[in-house]
Amino acid sequence: MQMKEFKVKWGMVIDVDKCTGCGACMVGCQVENNIAPMTKKDPYNYVQALTWDRDDASNKLKTLTWLYVYELSNGKSFPEHETAYLPRPCMQCGNPACVPVCPVVATEKNEEGGIVSQVTPRCIGCRYCMAACPYHARYFNWWDPIWPEGMDKGLSPSTAVRPRGVVEKCSFCHSRYLDAKDQARQDGNDPMDLPDGAYNTACADICPTKAITFGDLNNPEHKVHELAKGKNAYRLIEKLGLDPQVYYTSEREWVRKLGDNYNADGGAHGAPSNSHG
Amino acid sequence: MDSKLFPEGTQRCSFGQFMLWMGFLGAVFLWGVYGATLVLYNGIGTTGLDNYFGFGAWITFDLAVIALGAGAFFTGLLKYILKIKQLEKIINLTVIIGFCCYAGAMLILVLDVGQPTRAWFGYWHPNVHSMLTEVIFCITCYLIVLIIEFVPLILEQKQLNKIPFIHAFAHNLHVNMALFAGIGAFLSTFHQGSLGGMYGVLIGRPFAFREGFFIWPWTFFLFILSAVGTGPVFTVLVATLMEKITGKKLVDFKTKALMAKIAGSMLSVYMFFKIIDTWAWATGYLPSVGLTFDDMFYGFIYGKWLMFSEIVICGIVPAIMLVVPSIRNRPGLLYTAGILACIGVSLNRYIFTVQTIAFPVMPFDTWQLYYPNWVEYATSIMIIAFGFIVISLSYRYLPVFPLETKLNYQSGD
Repeated sequence: MQMKEFKVKWGMVIDVDKCTGCGACMVGCQVENNIAPMTKKDPYNYVQALTWDRDDASNKLKTLTWLYVYELSNGKSFPEHETAYLPRPCMQCGNPACVPVCPVVATEKNEEGGIVSQVTPRCIGCRYCMAACPYHARYFNWWDPIWPEGMDKGLSPSTAVRPRGVVEKCSFCHSRYLDAKDQARQDGNDPMDLPDGAYNTACADICPTKAITFGDLNNPEHKVHELAKGKNAYRLIEKLGLDPQVYYTSEREWVRKLGDNYNADGGAHGAPSNSHG
Repeated sequence: MDSKLFPEGTQRCSFGQFMLWMGFLGAVFLWGVYGATLVLYNGIGTTGLDNYFGFGAWITFDLAVIALGAGAFFTGLLKYILKIKQLEKIINLTVIIGFCCYAGAMLILVLDVGQPTRAWFGYWHPNVHSMLTEVIFCITCYLIVLIIEFVPLILEQKQLNKIPFIHAFAHNLHVNMALFAGIGAFLSTFHQGSLGGMYGVLIGRPFAFREGFFIWPWTFFLFILSAVGTGPVFTVLVATLMEKITGKKLVDFKTKALMAKIAGSMLSVYMFFKIIDTWAWATGYLPSVGLTFDDMFYGFIYGKWLMFSEIVICGIVPAIMLVVPSIRNRPGLLYTAGILACIGVSLNRYIFTVQTIAFPVMPFDTWQLYYPNWVEYATSIMIIAFGFIVISLSYRYLPVFPLETKLNYQSGD
């Protein structure tokens, strides 16, 4: 598939060394994007009540976690043992594996900014995109979304809730992008040239150690532009040629080495060079 | 009781016995319907599928039955387009099996798709770059072709055929059957290929990704070859099973051996390319993305024995058995080879579906196990029961086997 170039390319640089694995980003994401918690009981479904319970949040393979924090280990035993935490949002790949496979154009990469969209009202729930994504960034609504009484009052009016049976994923808090562009228009500024920080994702906002930096990778005035070019910057499984827009950085070599497969040494398969833009 | 409905000059078991058999099949079918109801009403969360295994037993089952149902289009192609007359003795059965397989696959897809009421979006918002779009188009169109091919056989039912209009209509359909066989062969070839292409295009999944020719990855061609290499022999196995159950001879061995020869030839071509493909993937592509052949396997469940079984025991071995006349002409060995080939193609579809997504591409990720639960088994078995019901009804009331009377009731032949 041909890669599409954008004037504005939203991306992230995540400093793995700063991440403490607290999970605040996951909570922030959950709240911002109206991701339903997992409940065992469905009070509105009598058939369900007659059969058996739904999965609760203890089944991590069925929860919806647009942003998921992985725990990395250097594999050594004490006292050399080290861990690191790696938050994984959707990589918003430049050459996404998911977009060309969707049979109904329910996911696209065509909007200025380079965010891979997910059109949930059009998604038929075939899960082919999930099979395609090696980052496990896509999630399926296995059950009807239910917010326990009272929690529904906290739903964000900006983000549409999704029904059962569709795939969803991180959108870089797309409603915030729309808000930032609206604000720029109101202020008489160019919505295609937002200043650094005018548009920020919930996870980057909430991170207590500021491990996540968000911005336009193509704009030299944005911090991410430089950070992504840092000597310790890398992207996940870059050799596959997916060209992700999320960068990681770590001073620890073992962490960087866990970003790709090095079991066999060969030239990268159609992968673009390490630097972007 | 219903003997007036039987095909001309044939005998069938008593109505009571038949009802008992249908009652058993119906009970199995209803068990599946219960599972299907839970899936449609409560959600796909009811199954063993999860975010790592969005594809699982259902997709494996679909791909396997579609491959095994390939006997319909391939035999149709050989019979109507290449005019191999001998195949008319088994062609009706291939159509019925094809219909059961494709209708079954569609039923399973209704359950597997999260929003079945949006299934028509494949036509309304088609993504022409997606192999799955092509699969949706071709499977639905080909099912219609199979129904058109099945209808004349139903219309030839003894009592129905007495009605002049139906008789004439069935005759006209027969006259034009070459056209539908041609359309069917075209549609089926493409979607068999697209099912393989679906995996070959997955750039993010090194286990499945393949280079290819133009827009088609090599898996596209391999899936076509493996389907035509096993579909005909599956038809032979079904015919033989029917013979064992009914205690009658339904297809002459010469026709069976011809089907086996055709399957064996295609299977040999398939194995030749499959081995080259696997070699090129293991030594060329995998190292280019920093992976080794050994990385692709894990423990017992995802062990190398799976691929070995698929390619050697259930690939090369049956291919040799089916092409060597002295082996092929022994019924026991022919059926053994057929069973091995069918297991091989099913294993291939399983490996491409499950192992592809089980392999952790991110180095810090881990292999996950996938266990289908009873809902997936019950609904899949429901489709098998559906197939048995359709074939049982067809056998009892329709003139499926042209040689049946000659082989069973006419002495001296």
